[in-house]
Amino acid sequence: MIVGNRKSLEEILQMIKPYKKILLLGCRECITVCAAGGEREVAVLASELKMSRAKDGQEIDIKEFTLERQCDFEYIDQIKPFVDEYEVIVSMACGAGIQYTAERFPKKIVLPAINTTFLGVTLEQGLWSERCQGCGECILHLTGGVCPVARCAKSLFNGPCGGSANGKCEVNKDTNCAWQLIIDRLKELGQLDKYEEVIPAKDWSTSRDGGPRTRVREDLKLS
Amino acid sequence: MKTKSNIERLLEQGKFVVTSECGPPRGADSEAVRKKGTLLKDVVDAVNVTDNQTSIVRMSSLSSCLILKEMGFDPIWQLVCRDRNRIAIQSDILGAAALGINNILCLSGDHQSFGDNPKAKNVYDIDSIQLIQTVKMLRDDGKFLGGEEVKGKPNLFIGAAENPFGDPFEIRAMRLGKKVKSGCDFIQTQGIYNLEKFGRWMEMVRDRGLHEKCAILAGVIPLKSAGMANHMKKNVPGMDVPDSLIERLKGVPKEKQAEEGIKICVEMIQQIKEIPGVRGVHIMAIEWEQKVAEIAKAAGLLPRPQL
Repeated sequence: MIVGNRKSLEEILQMIKPYKKILLLGCRECITVCAAGGEREVAVLASELKMSRAKDGQEIDIKEFTLERQCDFEYIDQIKPFVDEYEVIVSMACGAGIQYTAERFPKKIVLPAINTTFLGVTLEQGLWSERCQGCGECILHLTGGVCPVARCAKSLFNGPCGGSANGKCEVNKDTNCAWQLIIDRLKELGQLDKYEEVIPAKDWSTSRDGGPRTRVREDLKLS
Repeated sequence: MKTKSNIERLLEQGKFVVTSECGPPRGADSEAVRKKGTLLKDVVDAVNVTDNQTSIVRMSSLSSCLILKEMGFDPIWQLVCRDRNRIAIQSDILGAAALGINNILCLSGDHQSFGDNPKAKNVYDIDSIQLIQTVKMLRDDGKFLGGEEVKGKPNLFIGAAENPFGDPFEIRAMRLGKKVKSGCDFIQTQGIYNLEKFGRWMEMVRDRGLHEKCAILAGVIPLKSAGMANHMKKNVPGMDVPDSLIERLKGVPKEKQAEEGIKICVEMIQQIKEIPGVRGVHIMAIEWEQKVAEIAKAAGLLPRPQL
């Protein structure tokens, strides 16, 4: 899923400073699962904003609304009937959802309440971890199912750097060394010989480096 | 012989080579480079010039190499993958060779979070092993990574680093094997304090015959004090400093610890020299370059052979 963090209350207050009528827009997809921008988080942020403004003696009118998804116009259109009653939309979706909401309402100011961080998994209740960087050319079959692009701080393709110690990454003692995980897994699978293959320079053109990406399924297109 | 490198020539003659290193200054003062160079004159066969080590901005490695070359050194130009993509890397390799640089050390580079610009974006377009492949391709095949022909091949003696003490230990020789397979001519190791573990690593290296395809230069770092030894053990990832060494340093009065550290380093070199497959030593006296001559002399490494 896409994982994100809510921005600090201070930053959000700063962004909405000139505005009184705010549409606070959540999303029921990934950002709900990672507990950053779902219905519950929308309610929490709304009450924090109201309390702050009340403390400063400034009025605020917030409408809370959470869409099925903010990455489909079909759902975004649900706010059409009332969107004009608000000066700004504060979106609690991921970066994609925030942008698509803005794209749908070109004359509306859309402000981000979320810092989108990574594609990841739930490790445990309240703990998420990065797994994928969307590089566009998967090599997990070569690396024991552990991605060195996303999970090694240096995205090394041919083994751990000299800073791997006791299974941990030198950059952060709480982060597992991706290459330790890869070696452990290859050993487990009886595939350690795979490690001896040199992986040549990667083609990054399938990644962000090649420019913004689109995906087409001609057979699904309506026109 | 592939290049005009001093160390390649000496290794071909079967000589035990000595290298040291020179960290460029944090400024544009060329005199600072010359000052360090003066301390290493006639003491080493080649001198490494670090590339923004620990991710702290310094004078460029290539520029510092040139200043040392003007002094008569044969510099080992360190190049990290952290700051350049493959376009800049290939271009700099051609430039370095054109300026008469004979040796390159291919490194991943320390992560930028350790340095003075932790907010920087890192590159890591290619890794250190792919960098070795790149240099070899330019030099031996006369081809760019893109496949086009190079007009004027860069004749560089290709080096890399290996940390015998990094985890997972069991693949450290395999990892060296990948570097050798990619075209590495020589290796400089991380500073050695745990001789027993280094010995086990060398055994794995010899089992694979890697020492015959690639010259292994063992790294040593003289300790200035028990405090420094402790710091290395606790805070420098991938460093293995046995407690017995720390105890030995603690056993002498503070003002004598530096002297003891030098003694330990000399003993270490003498023992390393006896390990089959080790072809030289790399003395890393970090901001302590004035001690390299003393260490080399005490370890019986002077005078250096004339070429």
